[in-house]
Amino acid sequence: SQASLVRLHHRFQALDRSKKGYLSRMDLQRIGALAVNPLGDRIIESFFPDGGQQVDFAGFARVLAHFRPVDDEDIGNRDPKQPEPLNSRTNKLRFAFQLYDLDRDGKISRHEMLQVLRLMVGVQVTEEQLESIADRTVQEADEDGDGAVSFLEFTKSLEKMNIEQKMSIRILK
Amino acid sequence: MFLLLPFDSLIVNLLGISLTVLFTLLLVFIIVPAIFGVSFGIRKLYMKTLLKIFAWATLRMERGAKEKNHQLYKPYTNGIIAKDPTSLEEEIKEIRRSGSSKALDNTPEFELSDIFYFCRKGMETIMDDEVTKRFSAEELESWNLLSRTNYNFQYISLRLTVLWGLGVLIRYCFLLPLRIALAFTGISLLVVGTTVVGYLPNGRFKEFMSKHVHLMCYRICVRALTAIITYHDRKNRPRNGGICVANHTSPIDVIILASDGYYAMVGQVHGGLMGVIQRAMVKACPHIWFERSEVKDRHLVAKRLTEHVQDKSKLPILIFPEGTCINNTSVMMFKKGSFEIGATVYPVAIKYDPQFGDAFWNSSKYGMVTYLLRMMTSWAIVCSVWYLPPMIRETDEDAVQFANRVKSAIARQGGLVDLLWDGGLKREKVKDTFKEEQQKLYSKMIVGNHKDRSRS
Repeated sequence: SQASLVRLHHRFQALDRSKKGYLSRMDLQRIGALAVNPLGDRIIESFFPDGGQQVDFAGFARVLAHFRPVDDEDIGNRDPKQPEPLNSRTNKLRFAFQLYDLDRDGKISRHEMLQVLRLMVGVQVTEEQLESIADRTVQEADEDGDGAVSFLEFTKSLEKMNIEQKMSIRILK
Repeated sequence: MFLLLPFDSLIVNLLGISLTVLFTLLLVFIIVPAIFGVSFGIRKLYMKTLLKIFAWATLRMERGAKEKNHQLYKPYTNGIIAKDPTSLEEEIKEIRRSGSSKALDNTPEFELSDIFYFCRKGMETIMDDEVTKRFSAEELESWNLLSRTNYNFQYISLRLTVLWGLGVLIRYCFLLPLRIALAFTGISLLVVGTTVVGYLPNGRFKEFMSKHVHLMCYRICVRALTAIITYHDRKNRPRNGGICVANHTSPIDVIILASDGYYAMVGQVHGGLMGVIQRAMVKACPHIWFERSEVKDRHLVAKRLTEHVQDKSKLPILIFPEGTCINNTSVMMFKKGSFEIGATVYPVAIKYDPQFGDAFWNSSKYGMVTYLLRMMTSWAIVCSVWYLPPMIRETDEDAVQFANRVKSAIARQGGLVDLLWDGGLKREKVKDTFKEEQQKLYSKMIVGNHKDRSRS
């Protein structure tokens, strides 16, 4: 809604301390609570598709739009010919998939799974334990036996999850 | 040409008369009471009138907005997003429960869905985090007729604009010169007074004079900012041999506290005007000024503070342990240095009312001179000061725990949010140790359970 965009814009300006009109990676890294998030760097990366160095407000809002709560009437009234809105279930899932799939090849290989796991646990877990967890996870989700998890397999293994609620952030009016 | 002459002298006469009137006003109503520490109550009356005007102004803006059917921008102090305060474990368990169809046994391991928790938390902090907003001025609920705090400019009616224009006139043409004159008087009196007192021989008389010169000058400075201060619990005021700690919002805090009590200041040696003031103050009574190079050496700092505190004839030290200016909605981490010394700590909570003028110094946005000008062109600076009962470090507490205890007491009294974050985050990035804690928590979930599995 209009009011929420205004609030996001204020937030954008507050983060853009040197008033450049765009955000760089460093501006986002400065947020304390984000820096302690184990996946903080990956999340920051998702704001810079195509490896750019800056994100303007349109890009900022676009990424955050993935987290807009899903309105039931949206689904009913939607014109099937138009592209899906950014906050649909599929697009939310795709956003999460991108956090795993760093080289954007459409599959999460065992190696990429290991990398994400390593980020989340730091130095607390040994390499063998981590590898066995990664192997098991890929095995469980992998249906066509290619040793990697594609987006469809990812969606399938999470079909019962209430993604709409878990990946939504509601902005106060 | 000849016609101009009588007009000239008329203007000169008028100027002369108005200046004399101004100075008499200054003297009678402001400086004399400052010397003796009494108050006529003019400032409180001023404050009440202003409050009524602000309430009227807000009503008009709301009415105007309703007529045009637009929504007013209402600022939120609690953040712009709806957050659930649950812990990492609870959230991840819930995510897994809703995703998997199998019964929840006590040994769940890594699931693909775990990533959602971190992802969402990360996004939430990008949209709104506790720390970044503490370093910009607080947003007001109702407008206070200063253009610098207005977000709804388009909804003002003619009457309101006139009122605003009147306000600008009063503030810039009447109040500002008055305040600058007062500030000038106050500072010069301080420098001259303390230098003169410095020539007296050491003894009771010198102390008496020094105390009163300091108090008098600070009181004049307080009036220079039109600061309306309410002191609570004055019986808990700091005594000799103690350390007074307070939350830090701006350099004005010093003036506010020092006008009610006689303290020894701690700080870096500056050049310029500040340096002159510092050197003069030291002549009258011992303050602690550090050279820039000494500040880095923590042991030296601690040693000097300890020496000062142990000498019971010396004044209580005034310290702001946050280390930087915070915007007065929260209290950030206290640096443990001053709590290691082992003296009695007298906590003081300072809370400003931002409606009359926001006292927060955003040092990355404004320099000192701009800041002081902004202060002097606001309506007033209204604040409350609470003197809390003294605290001593218990035997089983270390300095950090003691610092946190004092911080919570101050936050509770002042109605501020108690944060664990370091004020240094204003300029630097956060340390990695905090990230490791989150990682530890998470790995306990997936590996601690792994151990159970291998056993069974």
